[in-house]
Amino acid sequence: MSNYVFRMFGSSPMRPLQDHMGKVHLCAAELVNFFEAVIAQDQARITASQQSIVELEHEADKLKKSLRLSLPKGMFLPVSRRDLLDMLTMQDNIANKSKDIAGLMLGRQMELPESIAPLFLTYVKRSVDAIAQADTAINELDELVETGFRGREVKVVEKMIKTLNQIESDTDEIQIQIRSIMFKIEIDLPPIDAMFIYRIIEWVGELADLAQRVGSRLQLMLAK
Amino acid sequence: MEYAYIFIILACVFGFFMAWGIGANDVANAMGTSVGSGAITIKHAIIIAAIFEFSGALLAGGEVTQTIRKGMIDTSSIAGTPELLIYGMLAALLAAAVWLLVASYYGWPVSTTHSIVGAIVGFAAVGIGMEAVMWGKVGTIAMSWIISPLTAGVIAYALFMSVQKLIIDTPDPFASAKRYVPIYIFMVGFIISLVTMFKGLKHVGLDLTTMQAYLFSAMIGIGMALISKIFINRIKHEPSEDEDFHYTNVEKVFAVLMIVTACAMAFAHGSNDVANAVGPIAAIVGIVESGGEIAAKSALPIWVLFLGGVGIVIGLVTYGHRVIATIGTNITELTPSRGFAATLAAATTVVVASGTGMPISTTHTLVGGVLGVGLARGIGALNMRIIRTIFMSWVITLPAGAGLAIIFFFILKSIFS
Repeated sequence: MSNYVFRMFGSSPMRPLQDHMGKVHLCAAELVNFFEAVIAQDQARITASQQSIVELEHEADKLKKSLRLSLPKGMFLPVSRRDLLDMLTMQDNIANKSKDIAGLMLGRQMELPESIAPLFLTYVKRSVDAIAQADTAINELDELVETGFRGREVKVVEKMIKTLNQIESDTDEIQIQIRSIMFKIEIDLPPIDAMFIYRIIEWVGELADLAQRVGSRLQLMLAK
Repeated sequence: MEYAYIFIILACVFGFFMAWGIGANDVANAMGTSVGSGAITIKHAIIIAAIFEFSGALLAGGEVTQTIRKGMIDTSSIAGTPELLIYGMLAALLAAAVWLLVASYYGWPVSTTHSIVGAIVGFAAVGIGMEAVMWGKVGTIAMSWIISPLTAGVIAYALFMSVQKLIIDTPDPFASAKRYVPIYIFMVGFIISLVTMFKGLKHVGLDLTTMQAYLFSAMIGIGMALISKIFINRIKHEPSEDEDFHYTNVEKVFAVLMIVTACAMAFAHGSNDVANAVGPIAAIVGIVESGGEIAAKSALPIWVLFLGGVGIVIGLVTYGHRVIATIGTNITELTPSRGFAATLAAATTVVVASGTGMPISTTHTLVGGVLGVGLARGIGALNMRIIRTIFMSWVITLPAGAGLAIIFFFILKSIFS
């Protein structure tokens, strides 16, 4: 015996999406600790930190799967289902990328040259800031449903997205600075090491890019 | 008339059973949005439903009962054989009740309105003749089944947008809610009582003029608004609760509105659906009391409505509470502000339909209201598959009710003649 009027209400994907982003944020934020450990050359801390990144990525993955299963076709949502699923994938890519960064650096026992180390830490922190900002914006999703995606709340979220874009362009700036220092010192580094440092620079930049893309997708949802 | 008492007793038994079925099955649908929004507990829902289903049935159930009783069949062709109408009405009751039972057993959503209308049209068309069905009126009823969910949807959309404009999208939504919610409550009280009084309360000894009706309705509305104001003023703003979800406190104010709306919904449901159970009883009692004549202008005996109201309440208390309880164990993101918009839209539509004598489906109307809020992007997720099942059920219910009624009609006819 069941109540049909009640069964019309599917479980809203907004909370799970927020929870997933929260987990992704935690995962990426651990990178700050990881890079501090790398700079301090504290091997035990590096390994432990990489381990917790892997675990958090795994938890995010589980959340992603259960959310996908709860979004079958035939759900009538206030935003497009496509946008929601794309957003989920982008969020998840942030966690994946964080895991890749930590995994590669641990696997190759990478060290950062002293001349770029402080700036690199700032770079990582700023990328994580972008993710934190994306998390803050995503957290407004249930409020957006409450307001029917209209009015003041939309302006609040748009402002958050603007800040997110600002942070992302900061990371671009820092990346340029790091690259210019690297260009001067790369000649003294083992070539393969230099190559992989460039790759890590690229990936950390991609973290901020992904966060920005989550923001743009949210903006698309507002405009539906 | 031979078997007169047997007919009346049978009618009462079948009708009571049907009313029991409505209370057991259908009331839960009417209360679904109210309990689902978390504004009222299961216990309160049952108390509200019991009181307001009963008063709705007794005070405003007359018009629809008259329609079911004699609005769909042209009795001139069977003036000489009134017992045919008695068999038919008994068969219709039995068919609708059996269909309700079967459908509930298998968990299919079923509209009691559609089954009784299908049953009456079925036995009349086959048992008496195609010309015995007043197709114009039946067509109007069928049209109202399409119009009622649409109307509820439009009203729900408008209500939701007004809530956004006046309360949610303001610098201080909590203060706005405290200011405007009593006005909405006034509206609920005013509209529901006005429609009820307009259609007359003569049968309970109240004969009001239009002016008096407006006046009393306004007084009821103001009274309700004032009482709710006391409760609303007791709600304290707790900033800590807004950290996770910024509208937690605002929704607490809406919860008061949701309670009032739940009462309106139960009243509306009682006023429309009681007819499905007692309309045929009224028809049979009418024929028997007039000594076999099919009187066109006989008054509706009030005890019939009373019987229906009691049946619904007993159905609710003995079984319906379990169905309502299944809602309470589930968590939904339906907040009181949207639950209110959808439910009030449905309640208003149903009460107006009751006033004009249109038997409509409360469940379908409520689904229309919920969809209206959904289209305004106000609900996290709606399961379209369930909604399709609910609407499909009436396509199946009509022939099922008709078929069963035809079978029972011929069985009863061969037993008694």
